[in-house]
Amino acid sequence: MTTDTITRRGAGLTKARPRGRGLPFAPALGLLPFAIYITVFLGIPAVLAVLSGFQTKRGAFTLNNLGVFTDPKVLATFGSTIWLAAVAAIIGAILGVLICLALLGLPATSRVRTFTNAATSVLAQFGGVTLAFAFIATVGRTGLLTQFLDNTLGINIVENGVWLYSLGGLVLPYVYFSTPLMVITFMPALAALKPQWAEANLALGGTRLGFWRHIGIPVLAPSFFASLLLLFAGAFSAYATAAALVSQGAPIVPIGIENALTSESVLGRAGIAGVYATGMILVVVVVMFAYARIQQRAERWQR
Amino acid sequence: MKSAATIAPGRGYRWVVGIVLGAVFAVPIFSMIEFTLRDPTGGYSLNHWLALGDSGLASQTGPIWEGLGNSVVMTIVTVAVMLFIVTPTILLVTLRFPKLRRPLEFIALLPVSVPAIALVVGLAPVYLAISRTFGTGVWSLGLAYGVIALPYAYRAIQASVDATDVKTLAEAARTLGASWPNIFLRVLVPNLRQGLMAASLLTTAVVFGEYTYAALLVRQNLQTALVVVGQQDPFTGVAFSLLSLFGAFLLLYFISRVGSAGSAGTTRRSTKRKVRVA
Repeated sequence: MTTDTITRRGAGLTKARPRGRGLPFAPALGLLPFAIYITVFLGIPAVLAVLSGFQTKRGAFTLNNLGVFTDPKVLATFGSTIWLAAVAAIIGAILGVLICLALLGLPATSRVRTFTNAATSVLAQFGGVTLAFAFIATVGRTGLLTQFLDNTLGINIVENGVWLYSLGGLVLPYVYFSTPLMVITFMPALAALKPQWAEANLALGGTRLGFWRHIGIPVLAPSFFASLLLLFAGAFSAYATAAALVSQGAPIVPIGIENALTSESVLGRAGIAGVYATGMILVVVVVMFAYARIQQRAERWQR
Repeated sequence: MKSAATIAPGRGYRWVVGIVLGAVFAVPIFSMIEFTLRDPTGGYSLNHWLALGDSGLASQTGPIWEGLGNSVVMTIVTVAVMLFIVTPTILLVTLRFPKLRRPLEFIALLPVSVPAIALVVGLAPVYLAISRTFGTGVWSLGLAYGVIALPYAYRAIQASVDATDVKTLAEAARTLGASWPNIFLRVLVPNLRQGLMAASLLTTAVVFGEYTYAALLVRQNLQTALVVVGQQDPFTGVAFSLLSLFGAFLLLYFISRVGSAGSAGTTRRSTKRKVRVA
């Protein structure tokens, strides 16, 4: 960078001179490594992913690949992925709020809070493959819960095969990583509820229930929905758990991309992965746009 | 604190939620533990765990060690990206281009909203080119992981930059005749220690937990190895999954501790510094 100029500048024992003297572009050059890095590993791949959906196998431009969206099977795949993500997000959000409320009364430095912080981060971000194993060990054919229910209540939950590998079965692990994500994203909003508001409410003769109805819930609603959208986006994009669980079963978009990527040359349907990826990015962009708008409203109360 | 209790539900609620949801979320983890303790002849034993060290199982545990080694290599690359590319950029933007702060934040948080499984479609051709130029070593995947870890690392570093008055520190150091490398390495970095530490640990957790890129770009890492081993021998797969979960938990527990100790530390330091500057 501008080592020389700056050393001299400093050694001059004068005040720092106006910036950019001598080499006006030099500091800007310092931004170059990051710019190149992000272009190569985020910009170009994102553009290529979308573009590949509009290319023939030879690389010419085409809109033909979009034809897959008229395929009811493909639409159903998107439909079931959205359904799975929505169900997991809603259940996860509700459970997450219950946990956040329980954590609210504890000081931020308490052992329980530190433990939950670490545990939620692990389960929300690290899960993936491991969660698949955990649920096979729980509700798989010889899973702990399967055997327990069979032995004690005589209920065989895998009578019609292991449903964990089906679309509905995926809800279980998806809720399991969505709930901690809710705790991570919603906790700051809940913690920002000012005790003074509750005091004012009580002083003015309001009830506890009234506080939640007229103050708590309206203030928290934007944060709740913002977090819900984040959970949806997370579940919609999740791949590892499904990949480790499902070999060919549940039709969700990430698995569709995997199949298209690994068998593209065989099937000769170039660009299908790209079309799927474009569809996914579109869904997520819409969701994240809504998230940003709602989050703006939510932040009013978090100062 | 007393007044916070007016919002927070009572002790009873806390216990009920703690026990009920705690139990629900503990069941899968407990099931894994139980699974690894099952003895092939019936009953429970530590046999599966003891067998992990056996040389007889080496062919089965082999992929895990290879994957773990690869993950370590990738982690080093990704952490290097955070420390040598992302951190200087954040500092440079803070010191010289404050107007670029919002755009930088936008870019840094962008990977949260671009699904890795969609991005990998475009990464495949990029890695084809990289393999041709730099070979097919696993280290290069660490570069792509930097993008996935960027939102987490950025937030940790930026928070610590915000908590430190880097501008005053840099100006003071410059007035005293320090060169830019000296300002970065001996003035700013020591002040940002905790943020850089947290960012590195978070990055480590992200890289060790990543599956999508490795699986679809056909490189072996810890997670792909877990899948391979789990298909051959479920017991070994589950045992190593447990270990990796526990490892990640320790890592993040440590960050949590560093974080809470860190915020107290920064306040103390900044008051001290103010006195000195005044």
